[in-house]
Amino acid sequence: MERLQTLKGNIQKWFTIPNREKSSHMTAFQAIVRKEFTDYITSWRIIILLLIITFTCIGSLYTAITNIQDALDAAAEETKEVARSAFLFLKLFTISDGTLPSFITFVGFLGPLLGVALGFDAINSERNKGTLSRLMAQPIPRDFVLNGKFAAALLINALLFFALGFLVMSFGILILGIPPTLEEFLRIICFLILCIAYIAFWLNLGILFSVRFKQAATSALASIAIWIFFSLFYSMLVELLSKSILNPENIASTSDAISKQGLVLNLMRISPNYLFTESTTTLMSPSVRSLGPLTVEQTTGAIAGPLPLSQSLLLIWPQLTGLIAATLVCFALSYLLFMRQEVRSK
Amino acid sequence: MSSPIITLDEISKQYDEQYAVDHLSLAIKKGEIFGLLGPNGAGKSTSILMMLGLSEPTTGSVHVCGINSTSNPIEVKRRVGYLPDDLGFYEHMTGFENLLYTASLNGLSRKLAEERANYLLQRVGLTDATNKKAGKYSRGMRQRLGLADVLMKDPEVIILDEPTLGIDPEGVREILKLIQQLNKEDGITVLLSSHQLHQVQQICDRVGIFVKGKLLAEGNMEELAKQLFFEDLFIIYVKAEPIDSELIEKIRTLRGVNHIEQALDKLEIYVDHDISADIAKIIVQNNISLTQIQKKNYGLDEIYHRYFEGGDSRGEAPNS
Repeated sequence: MERLQTLKGNIQKWFTIPNREKSSHMTAFQAIVRKEFTDYITSWRIIILLLIITFTCIGSLYTAITNIQDALDAAAEETKEVARSAFLFLKLFTISDGTLPSFITFVGFLGPLLGVALGFDAINSERNKGTLSRLMAQPIPRDFVLNGKFAAALLINALLFFALGFLVMSFGILILGIPPTLEEFLRIICFLILCIAYIAFWLNLGILFSVRFKQAATSALASIAIWIFFSLFYSMLVELLSKSILNPENIASTSDAISKQGLVLNLMRISPNYLFTESTTTLMSPSVRSLGPLTVEQTTGAIAGPLPLSQSLLLIWPQLTGLIAATLVCFALSYLLFMRQEVRSK
Repeated sequence: MSSPIITLDEISKQYDEQYAVDHLSLAIKKGEIFGLLGPNGAGKSTSILMMLGLSEPTTGSVHVCGINSTSNPIEVKRRVGYLPDDLGFYEHMTGFENLLYTASLNGLSRKLAEERANYLLQRVGLTDATNKKAGKYSRGMRQRLGLADVLMKDPEVIILDEPTLGIDPEGVREILKLIQQLNKEDGITVLLSSHQLHQVQQICDRVGIFVKGKLLAEGNMEELAKQLFFEDLFIIYVKAEPIDSELIEKIRTLRGVNHIEQALDKLEIYVDHDISADIAKIIVQNNISLTQIQKKNYGLDEIYHRYFEGGDSRGEAPNS
């Protein structure tokens, strides 16, 4: 009962923070974000990663443009109209000639690395340097440190991806001479937001490990291990399992086959990488109509054509919310751990 | 001057089954320098963390400047500066920038912060190192920067956890002088923890002795000695040849002798007042050659030795 009372008091206090206090808290939070942001963009680790990502994107843009241009030159003038309706502009992000992977493959691969690099030493480096206890002695709420770091990293992330996305778009317009339609533009924006959410997941995983593990090396290795597991081994494991699950001898009926197929698909969806790939393909290739198996009955009579944006979004809504939920779970865990941890380092 | 600014009321901190701090009550007066003395792991740092609201007491309550530290830590931290023992700075930033960052966390305006940082750097003697990266600072410089950092928020109380740890004697002297200045000139109440006895002895108005989460004794040096040693205020060391039981018996009958310990050709005589002259006379009268006589009064060294290292071999901790 007493606990309840104090809780009630705390909640009341929360809502009635005097203005002066609120504004001084805000400036403190801004100060943390500003400092962390400066630290990130001046650290070699992040500069190198940003350069790698930028260069690979330029490379994939180059191959995409040459491919598309060849196709355009080969085709007659009137096909340009057709090209437009076939979402040619989106192909900038997805097409590849086999030598260099496409933009979305690169992001799917390097994005997690960026997220982990931004997060893996967020808390434990402060702890090891002895700056955490000094920070904690300042009149700021404890969670500001964690939130500030997260906000700064997310800001870097958002800036990078919007900059890259817009650069690719502008180069596409300049070189190909085809402007994007409104729908294409919106699809690209949604794609960029998806990328940010995806990297935010890895960022939060990194932060979680940085709270949990005292050594930065341990948390970096743990995050990278998870990244490699999901991007390389997880799909192999599921394939191995699916061999026995989808063994024709065990399948009795059509509905059985469908449910088993669904099971395998759901197993795949545990991996954030798979969720990301599914969502990006749907967003960037409007011709994708379903992510699960389709029966012959469902496809008979269907006219092959692109889905409108709203339908594509509807299709990936579970994936998107799943990704964001995973991000939030990681953040909530690190938040809880951090709030309960002793400040003392040794 | 005498109203308490830090009040600990029966606080305990329990880790698993063990008490790190065991029902500790303590009042620190406004304007004094209080030394918290104890061996490593006595619970000094834990108590300090509880005063700042960085750790929650299992039972009991802590008030600093009249504010409850557990329920309202931010208000407390606005008034209290804390220098942790494992002090660290952002090494890629200069000392000046580190101070500015602290200022911005305290909601100081940029202009005010720069003025204050310059003033404090000059005060702790780091003017030359203002624009040097904090990673290049020596241990002593870091500690002084730490002191400046604590003062950025213009605190009423400063809590220093092992401020002289790992610093050369000259550096220690400077830091202690600074602390004393802050106390006398700026009227800042100082609480410092240490296991280095002489330093505490030099500057503290009052000292609390802390062992295994309990406060054994508190007061100024004289009171402490009285509380802890009853009447044994002096030890007289005698070196003589030969020492026999007859001599020991004779010395024992002298007024003021409480206890004699013999080791080969040496005697340690515990007395309540200075009777070295009488002892010397007896030895000479007995035709024994006196090679050395030395008197020593108790400092914290003996307190330390007796309570922390020697354990309770000389009996229970005296209750005053």
